[in-house]
Amino acid sequence: MTQVIDRRLNGRNKSAVNRQRFLRRFRSQIKRAVGEAISGRSIIDIDSGEKINIPTRDMSEPTFQHAGGGRREAVHPGNREFVPGDKVKRPPNGGEGPGGKASNSGEGEDEFAFQLSREEFLELFFEDLALPDLVKTQLAMLTDFNTVRAGYSSDGVPANINVVRSLRGALARRMALRGPHIRRVHEAEAELETLQAAPSEDEDSAARRATLEEEIQQLRRRIESIPFIDTFDLRYNHRIKQPKPTTQAVMFCLMDVSGSMDQQRKDIAKRFFILLYLFLKRNYERIDVVFIRHHTVAKEVSEEEFFHSRETGGTVVSSALEVMRDIMRERYPTADWNIYAAQASDGDNWDNDSPKCHDLLAASIMPALQYFAYVEITPDHHQSLWQEYENIAANYRNFAMQQIDSATDIYPVFRDLFRKQDT
Amino acid sequence: MSRKLLSEGSEWSFDLIDRYDREIARVAADFGLDTYPNQIEVIAAEQMMDAYSSVGMPVNYHHWSFGKQFIGVEQRYKRGHMGLAYEIVINSNPCIAYLMEENTMTMQALVIAHAAYGHNSFFKNNYLFRAWTNADAIIDYLLFARNYISECEQRYGEEEVELLIDSCHALMNYGVDRYKRPSQLSAEQERQRQKEREEYLQSQVNDLWRTVPVRNPADSAGTEARFPAEPQENLLYFIEKNAPLLEPWQREIVRIVRKVAQYFYPQRQTQVMNEGWATFWHYTILNRLYDEGLVSDGFMMEFLQSHTNVVAQPSFDSPFYSGINPYALGFAMMSDIRRICEDPTDEDRYWFPEISGSDWIRTLDFAMRNFKDESFIAQYLSPRLIREFKLFSVLDDDANKHLEISAIHNEQGYREVRQALADQYNLGSREPNIQVYKVDRNGDRSLTLRHTQYERRPLADSADEVVKHLGRLWGFTVRLESVASNGKAELVHEYPIRQQA
Repeated sequence: MTQVIDRRLNGRNKSAVNRQRFLRRFRSQIKRAVGEAISGRSIIDIDSGEKINIPTRDMSEPTFQHAGGGRREAVHPGNREFVPGDKVKRPPNGGEGPGGKASNSGEGEDEFAFQLSREEFLELFFEDLALPDLVKTQLAMLTDFNTVRAGYSSDGVPANINVVRSLRGALARRMALRGPHIRRVHEAEAELETLQAAPSEDEDSAARRATLEEEIQQLRRRIESIPFIDTFDLRYNHRIKQPKPTTQAVMFCLMDVSGSMDQQRKDIAKRFFILLYLFLKRNYERIDVVFIRHHTVAKEVSEEEFFHSRETGGTVVSSALEVMRDIMRERYPTADWNIYAAQASDGDNWDNDSPKCHDLLAASIMPALQYFAYVEITPDHHQSLWQEYENIAANYRNFAMQQIDSATDIYPVFRDLFRKQDT
Repeated sequence: MSRKLLSEGSEWSFDLIDRYDREIARVAADFGLDTYPNQIEVIAAEQMMDAYSSVGMPVNYHHWSFGKQFIGVEQRYKRGHMGLAYEIVINSNPCIAYLMEENTMTMQALVIAHAAYGHNSFFKNNYLFRAWTNADAIIDYLLFARNYISECEQRYGEEEVELLIDSCHALMNYGVDRYKRPSQLSAEQERQRQKEREEYLQSQVNDLWRTVPVRNPADSAGTEARFPAEPQENLLYFIEKNAPLLEPWQREIVRIVRKVAQYFYPQRQTQVMNEGWATFWHYTILNRLYDEGLVSDGFMMEFLQSHTNVVAQPSFDSPFYSGINPYALGFAMMSDIRRICEDPTDEDRYWFPEISGSDWIRTLDFAMRNFKDESFIAQYLSPRLIREFKLFSVLDDDANKHLEISAIHNEQGYREVRQALADQYNLGSREPNIQVYKVDRNGDRSLTLRHTQYERRPLADSADEVVKHLGRLWGFTVRLESVASNGKAELVHEYPIRQQA
């Protein structure tokens, strides 16, 4: 009578839909909570999710219930000293018994806390961020294809044979090839019949009958020799690949690793770029990222080297901008690419270099760029680089600059720099 | 030890589960347990959490509240605040019981005896379940419900459907006829008749609002027959049949929620009995297996340890106290009935003349079939148990300054304690009594509900929100009046909806 079934292999995430519904339903509250969480978030754990608190009352499911008050009698176990008629002071919470029964109603927790996964957190965090002015779209990089059906073809692989079409073709061919023969057979048969109906013994008629019979037989053989299906009849489903247009963009990441950037500032810069990198990878399918590190000299490095190399030195910011300019000329023609740049530095540049940076930006970089974001990681007052950049910002709408004091600023500043703009 | 042990170690295997099940089934049949066929499903812990959050049902429609529950369970489980229940069992035919793969063989045997034979026989035979649920059709019906609701989501938008279900859930406990036996669920019929019903319902509703010229003006001034003629306790049913503005698909969803509420209605009323019955039988059956030499001492030790945890009852002043443990009370009462049958004292003979000394199997079977928590306690709670639990009753009257101990476990108090405890399980007094009072058909189409106060207990503030939900379903003004013991009605909540021009 009993049936034992092993269900362990069945799907484990039956509640995933309901969980998504829950997140969607309370999206605004959760987003607010994410907003609060990031201001205090130590970005060390960019890989982890985030614990979110939302007020219980916002998501309560109300029902008709009794409130406290009125007359009620409650039975409790474990009496030790009470005798009938004893008076007990009412517990202050308005609970119903000396045991403080209020706790079992599930109230008392004002906050519903739960863990967002990393994916969910980043999705909410990146939700209304975008690279500004992503306009130049060219069908240059055709990396993606959609396979679509495009009628039928007369050759292909056996797996694609379209049976209905093939048989329909065969039928048409058979009818077309047999038609004249069949008509002739009918005529011959009719003639033969009239000859046999009025039998005359003369030789002409006999000879005629013999030829007719022979002709009919010959035609029958011909009809039978028409093949049921011919290679000529075969039709194949035809599929073609259609290119999917994609937008091309490149992000230049410029990081200052000079000696004045102490460990903490480097950390902040790296985290900023990690966040940027995650954002780009997540929201844009095709994007090139170019990593440039600089102290007195700049060079293009791999992702690995960018985040982990320990090389250091003095500071010449313009070296990085020069490298960037060269790479742009060489590999990323403005006509085909949306170009973005993000730069992190402590602003402690060699004094004579700052005007040079300004000139470089104004002359050859900014005109080709969609957006340039500069973050200065310093708790101190600004130096010459900041002032020069302020001039740029005044002239170019697509130049943004922000200051990061401490690690807790990273998320808010990041959001601010990449806020979706209404253009 | 005449027979061989069924197993030695704590590891389980499908083969072992099979052998244990066969032995347990044999013993259960010996004791005359009448069950549906069993379907035992082995699942992992995460799947158990899934099952938790869809109120234990293997299929259910989608709704955010289940997601909230799931997240809550998941959080607490991960942080170690709670263990997962060992078992979930579904009142269906065949009866579906889940075993968790993490459990030891002993626990699996315990769950099989508890769920697949204890709960199962209760589902099949208790009068409330027989009257209110249809085990053969529930899975099919839920499947129909889920498909129907996701179809609605596609046609009318998830949001729209979600809001509607929110409103229905708020009234779920008021979607049950308490006295009338409901018609049987049948997924097949549901599908067939649903179209028909849609059209019919719509025509009925329109009829209700037909604008007929008033023939006798004197009539309309107060003497007009009230609609509904009698107060209606089933709010969702009333909405489904009479709400003027609902679309047919909305009525169908109201109906689905109502049917699901009805399915769970008996469970809410038989917690003590149901758990007590299942606990009593796992205890009795496994002890019999031990007596027969089929299970080892180690098995019994492990079993008794978790059994003792399950039936523990902390006293009122313990930090772990959260009300009376239905497992503890139920198990104690079932065992006590057996004791009264087999070995009655003079006190038992005085209190329970009909059952003392009778056949315990038959007596227990009768009790299981014909009672719910409230009546079961009122009938069978013995003075001895009241003493054992040291039960006492506390009177909390807001007219008095102090709480008063009204009765304790002594000769004068037994009856009062028993009555008070039974009353605590009475749904009628646990939930506010709210009924549809009247609909203003000729005026503003407003709906008036009446809350009849029980022992002067007021409504909680959440009522305001519920009235809003009701307003969403009804489409016009909804009023909630509270009727005090002196018969005076007072308006406590009102939710006006701006009339559409």
